[in-house]
Amino acid sequence: MTSDTANTLQRIPDRLDTPFRNALFSWEMLLVIVALAIFIINSFASPYFLNAWSLSDLTFNFTEKGLIALAMALLIISGEIDLSVAAIIALASTMMGMAVQAGADTPLLVLIGVGVGLLCGAFNGLLVTRLGLPSIVVTIGTMSLFRGIAYIILGDEAYKGYPSSFAFFGQGYVWWVISFELVLFLAAAIVFWFLLHRTSFGRTVYAIGNNPVAAAFSGIRVERVKFILFCLTGLMAGIASVLLTSRLASTRPSIAYGYELEVITMVVLGGVAILGGAGSIPGVVLAAFIMGLVTFGLGLVNVPGIVMSIFTGLLLIVVIALPIIWNRIRHKSA
Amino acid sequence: MLHPPHPAKPVCDASRKGDGAPLLTLSGISKSFPGVRALAGVSLSLYPGEVTALVGENGAGESTLVKILTGIHQPDQGEIRIAGKSVTLPTAHAAFENGITAIHQETVLFDHLTVAENIFLGHAPRTRFGTIDRRAMRANAREVLDTLGAGHIDPDAHLAELGIANKHLVAIARAMSIDARIVIMDEPTAALSTKEIEELFLLIEFLRSEGKAILFISHKFDEIYRIADRYTVFRDGQMVGEGVLADTTQGELVRMMVGREVDQIFPKRQPNIGEPLLTVAALSHPTEFEDISFELREGEILGFYGLVGAGRSELMQAIAGMTRPSRGSISLGGRNIAPKSSADAIRAGIVYVPEERGRQGIIIGLPIFQNVSLPSLARTSRSGLLRTAKEFRLTRTYTGRLDLRAASLSQDVGTLSGGNQQKVVIAKWLATEPRVIILDEPTKGIDIGSKAAVHAFMAELVAEGLSVVMVSSELPEILGMSDRVAVMREGRLVAIRDNDGLDPETLVKLAAGVTA
Repeated sequence: MTSDTANTLQRIPDRLDTPFRNALFSWEMLLVIVALAIFIINSFASPYFLNAWSLSDLTFNFTEKGLIALAMALLIISGEIDLSVAAIIALASTMMGMAVQAGADTPLLVLIGVGVGLLCGAFNGLLVTRLGLPSIVVTIGTMSLFRGIAYIILGDEAYKGYPSSFAFFGQGYVWWVISFELVLFLAAAIVFWFLLHRTSFGRTVYAIGNNPVAAAFSGIRVERVKFILFCLTGLMAGIASVLLTSRLASTRPSIAYGYELEVITMVVLGGVAILGGAGSIPGVVLAAFIMGLVTFGLGLVNVPGIVMSIFTGLLLIVVIALPIIWNRIRHKSA
Repeated sequence: MLHPPHPAKPVCDASRKGDGAPLLTLSGISKSFPGVRALAGVSLSLYPGEVTALVGENGAGESTLVKILTGIHQPDQGEIRIAGKSVTLPTAHAAFENGITAIHQETVLFDHLTVAENIFLGHAPRTRFGTIDRRAMRANAREVLDTLGAGHIDPDAHLAELGIANKHLVAIARAMSIDARIVIMDEPTAALSTKEIEELFLLIEFLRSEGKAILFISHKFDEIYRIADRYTVFRDGQMVGEGVLADTTQGELVRMMVGREVDQIFPKRQPNIGEPLLTVAALSHPTEFEDISFELREGEILGFYGLVGAGRSELMQAIAGMTRPSRGSISLGGRNIAPKSSADAIRAGIVYVPEERGRQGIIIGLPIFQNVSLPSLARTSRSGLLRTAKEFRLTRTYTGRLDLRAASLSQDVGTLSGGNQQKVVIAKWLATEPRVIILDEPTKGIDIGSKAAVHAFMAELVAEGLSVVMVSSELPEILGMSDRVAVMREGRLVAIRDNDGLDPETLVKLAAGVTA
């Protein structure tokens, strides 16, 4: 009759594990170790790696994609996905190019780039939330649509002639080797960390990702939250478009081709569950650094670009498969 | 309050058959999972041509036993004998070969196959060339279905088109077609209406007359007394009693199950009913309900009884802002409210604790405290910023009153038992400090201990002046808890009665539309 003795009122503790212990055995800690390992391998692989300017150049490999990954992380945690982000970059860049031809100056260009991104995100969000279509299908469609428009406008041409003041966003440095892009990425990371982990909006994102029906029953406006997340992702793609266009100082319709997969790889490598419900911003930031370190390292030892895309593909499969395999092993041993 | 045993069953019959040799005997079966001892040396006997009811609180080990009998789990110790021969059941297929078949709460069949394919999956008649003989399969399916009195089911229909009752029929047809000798029914009535349950019982009687040994698992005593010949009681993974049902009263059975007296299940309370609080007037929905009017008073428990599909849940969801009514009005404390979303209803002070705990109630993957604080985030946060200390305090206040059992408040709610999950769900809604709480099947599928906790808590709430609407399909619960009972049938409110000398038969007749 042990069940009867348990009737004495016991105080249930808030937590069992200390935050420190949790951090020690987390996915983020594993990512830190991986990042350090790749850093050390890189420094042995090439004598040019350990140099302030090399390290600064390295950051350009992930800042633009990383900015999108921050918003994409929230979107995937909520159980949705946006495959059209690279196409949004292309469309936003094309619109900025047209504006340049019409004589627009830097402030207007930025506004157009960011605005087009936001509108594209809102368009995705409306299709998903109003029509109730699955986001993977909707954004495969808009991926072709947005980039298709860029191709129709530009064909084989390229827009050049961006004003010199526009170059700062993608080529400027805030202090010594610290680029504007890196500062923007880190600032955005803090904002998104705060949004996801410290606000009630962030909490609703997790709730929706784990159980949208119960979230709706709990008084959460599920569709509105999802719409906001699509807008945020579009907005970040617009900002990335400004940075990338500024860095390249030109627009071709093939700009940012294949970025969506690298962004999603970053998010999943960062520990975000591909089916939604779990993940953290520190994980995504670390994953962005790791992706940058790897691509830069491969570049240093002259690995061709096509091999890098094979690497990205393999990495995506591995990071999606790993948690599943891990669970299976744990269940077997249990 | 429980029903008297069903009088129609011939008593001598059961005792006579019991003298025969059992078809299946389990002895000394033990099974442990990490951290839990699910079964500790249990025994069980099933006799041909008899229905044995397996009774126990949730978590007493019934489901583990079913999994052992169907080859999904292997016992750590013990022996299984079928017709006197010792057997092992290493796989689901081995169980099938030994003539054991199971019909589950929500039948495990294939929605996208036809009825005939489901019946003959794995043992379909073959043509000379070794391909499936579709014509023979269809004809055989027709034949089996007809013997079960299921002439209305088309063998070519896809299973997805059938309701749960007809799916059970197909599952039973499958059991007949493989010539199963042992049929396990794991809470088969959980998703059925009263009429469908009666039809199922006729089928069980048919299977019994065919000499099958039947294991019937249910939490509902009226069903057990209606259909079973013998009983076996499990408590905390141990077999605590078995025998012939006719020799045993419900009270004795419940005592064996829980080790305490029955009449403590429903709390005694002094109703202190005040002014009308919630007024629903001529509320209609395009398809689900029509012209519903009622009043709920302060400190009152209003029970809503009806058959499954009578529109009770749909009505409640409209009142709680989940769906929009087409006509009618809802007012709370004299103020007209028209909730457009559950957020509106929560703000107004009406909350709805949904029926489907797993899908609509809890959020598995989030810790207990985040589940509890979710609808109250506006109060626990300051200008959108989370304050976890406040969330923990809120959670502790409400889960403490419900006597939640958990290791910590940061534990994933998915790791709790069904009863404790339900306590989290109720705590989460109470934390919004509502004036009206609508409980939809608040004790469905939870063990008797947790049921008692939920009932006691309901009594406490109304004593504090909260008003409760309780949707329930369990008559003892309706009669044991309600101050007044509303009965719905086919989307209409057919009666509201004071619960004063109200008898179960009247309610069933109202709900089923029996005029005599």
